[in-house]
Amino acid sequence: MQQYHVSFRGVQKSYDGIRLVVKDLNLDIEKGEFVTMLGPSGSGKTTCLMMLAGFETATHGEIYYNGRPVNDLPPHKRGIGMVFQNYALFPHMTVGSNLAFPLKVRKQPRHEIDKAVRDALDMVQMGEFIDRYPGQLSGGQKQRVALARALVFRPELVLMDEPLGALDKQLREQMQYEIKNIHQRLGVTVVYVTHDQSEALTMSDRIAVFEDGIIQQIAPPDDLYERPDNSFVAQFIGENNTLRGTVATIREGVARVRLEDGQMVSALAVNVDTDGIPTLLSIRPERVAINPDEAKMAQTVDGHVEQLIYLGDHIRCRMTVAGNSEFIVKIPNAGGSGMLEVGQDVRIGWLTEDCRALDAQ
Amino acid sequence: MAQHTTADTSLREKLRRAERRRKIQAGTLIGPLLLLMLIFYFIPIGMMLYRSIDNSRMREILPNTARALAHWSGESIPGEEAFAAIVRDMKKAYPARTLATAGRRLNFDQVGFYSLLLKSGRKIKKIDGPPYRDKLIKIDKKWGDPAYWTVLKRGLRNITWMYLLRALDLRYDTQNRVVGVPEEEAIYVSIILRTIYISLSVTILCLVIGYPLAYFMATSSASVRNLLMIGLLLVFWTSLLVRTLSWILVLQDKGVVNSFLLWTGLISHPLPLVFNRFGVYVAMTHVLLPFMVLPLYSVMAGIPSYYVRAARSLGATPIAAFFKVYTPMTLPGIGAGCLMVFIQALGYYITPALVGGPKDQMVSYFVAFFVNERVNWSMASALGVVLLVMTGSFYLIFGKRVNITNMKLG
Ligand SMILES: Nc1ncnc2c1ncn2[C@@H]1O[C@H](COP(=O)(O)OP(=O)(O)OP(=O)(O)O)[C@@H](O)[C@H]1O
Ligand SMILES: [Mg+2]
Repeated sequence: MQQYHVSFRGVQKSYDGIRLVVKDLNLDIEKGEFVTMLGPSGSGKTTCLMMLAGFETATHGEIYYNGRPVNDLPPHKRGIGMVFQNYALFPHMTVGSNLAFPLKVRKQPRHEIDKAVRDALDMVQMGEFIDRYPGQLSGGQKQRVALARALVFRPELVLMDEPLGALDKQLREQMQYEIKNIHQRLGVTVVYVTHDQSEALTMSDRIAVFEDGIIQQIAPPDDLYERPDNSFVAQFIGENNTLRGTVATIREGVARVRLEDGQMVSALAVNVDTDGIPTLLSIRPERVAINPDEAKMAQTVDGHVEQLIYLGDHIRCRMTVAGNSEFIVKIPNAGGSGMLEVGQDVRIGWLTEDCRALDAQ
Repeated sequence: MAQHTTADTSLREKLRRAERRRKIQAGTLIGPLLLLMLIFYFIPIGMMLYRSIDNSRMREILPNTARALAHWSGESIPGEEAFAAIVRDMKKAYPARTLATAGRRLNFDQVGFYSLLLKSGRKIKKIDGPPYRDKLIKIDKKWGDPAYWTVLKRGLRNITWMYLLRALDLRYDTQNRVVGVPEEEAIYVSIILRTIYISLSVTILCLVIGYPLAYFMATSSASVRNLLMIGLLLVFWTSLLVRTLSWILVLQDKGVVNSFLLWTGLISHPLPLVFNRFGVYVAMTHVLLPFMVLPLYSVMAGIPSYYVRAARSLGATPIAAFFKVYTPMTLPGIGAGCLMVFIQALGYYITPALVGGPKDQMVSYFVAFFVNERVNWSMASALGVVLLVMTGSFYLIFGKRVNITNMKLG
């Protein structure tokens, strides 16, 4: 077995003995990787993190850390750094003492502690706040301190549970960048939890999409966006158009699909394997062309323009296509594009490889 | 730089103005309530304070003497008019039996004054004209001693510190200096120290028992917590007297505990468990425990579990996480609980009176004693003032530190 930094093997977890909140989790994480667990609320992300940190025990299965099973190892012996959503800075200690805490319990010498604390605070640009109490810091500042505290004892693995959840958008983006930077500089493995997909896409090496205790797909961000394995992932990540239909034939990985209004289109057969089953076609809004060159784009259908929204760099066009009135097309603002009008009927098209035939859920 | 400073001060000024407006608004809201408190809380306390120094009764008994001594320098015995005045006063006060009251009061300052006044009162009818000085000194030559006149003059002032001094085992000597009372009369300081000692012991016992209890409540499931809470509040629903008496039943020689121990054969004679210090500790700790547990619980319930988890993830053992992170965060609860228990214990009366022995009585017992048995309101008030000052100073010293005003209960 190749040695991964962290491995979940067939892990299950139930709190009440009735319902599994994590079902058969298998996940391997390499050293230095930045893996994000992304999923809707209640999908079991925090539970997975807590099992890894040692605060919850797996009901079934094994978790390996550095090749060692850790199911019976108490949290303080795991040496895993952790950033909590609500920061969890000790309110009765100064910023400096908060950072010194993990080093003190490790009985490091005084001067080493001082230096390590100062270095860690400088890393997050919080050096001048060393004597403040957490109550005297802003949310963003607390988050930086929490980050520094989780890193100050040089763990090889850091867990972050929605660390930026409480921050406003601008600060969140800045912190994303800084966390990413620190990750690259220190080479630590990061397991990151969020339900903000743009955060997951910008920061991660790989994203594990959770739903209902199951990993739906684990892949690098571009794969996840462009090649979703199933319709949950397609709809969860980024904006997505869906068209319902039935598979007519499948030939060499390409399915001919009859839409609800009878039009026929081709799509990559990703998640369908037999003729006659219902399917959900997934097409990204930016891959749809208006009045396409029929020679280049084999897949064309009729659309009816419902609404146009001017967004500066592009125009969002909502139209009805094959019975779906929420079909979105992003038209780049290439100048002189006042050609569409609400109520107009147009021809739209896309490439076969941009249209994926997925499970109908 | 200078510009910077002016900007600073104007900002500070603005802040102060904004704060002041807020304070005025708050003031109008709590104004009526404050008035009510003033009437029903501070006025009785004020009356007690006044009672402890009020000496006007003496001037009512000996009005002429008080007037005649007002300008006496105190260097030698006073002049003839002072003697005439006291003869006149005594003629009226002796038959009215108020002379004995004055005598008792002056005897505090100068032993022998009581018998001096009564003896003179008995014979005062014989003095029918001047020279008053010589005739009075003939009745008792103590009247020729300036020391007695000094005591008398001090004793006729409108206010007196005598009772308060007495409550601290101090008194004035004949030269108007504050000195300690003779050793065999000094009892109050040791009672005050005993009161503090018992209160402190009860506070520590409550903390030792209450802290784990509150922690257990804060960490257990809702149903267990409610059960414990009811058990705790049950204490409030039973009368203090009943609870104290039930301890006597449990702890007395033929009580449950001793019967059981005798039955097991661990002891051959009943252990003295009640009517002594042990009984006082047991009963007071039981009665005051909720006042420790409730503030502790309220603080603990507000501490999210992620703090201890954070400590564990940072490498702290469960014990280190508990003592270095959890316990310090409960300090406001510890402070508030200890202060509440301690301050209440200071004023405890019924419980020690019932389950304690003579050597376990606290200051309040003597307040009641002076009111009920001696009908000496002044001494009772003086001891009350001592209690009040004790309580107040503990509150001021520690209340600020534990921020008791920010405490929420339940
Ligand atoms: N201590 C617990 N006891 C019982 N059930 C729990 C406990 N913690 C979580 N659960 C349940 O387990 C499921 C998964 O919870 P979890 O906290 O892992 O979700 P999550 O993916 O982190 O969600 P979110 O994005 O909202 O944080 C939820 O249905 C939740 O109700
Ligand atoms: Mg969560």
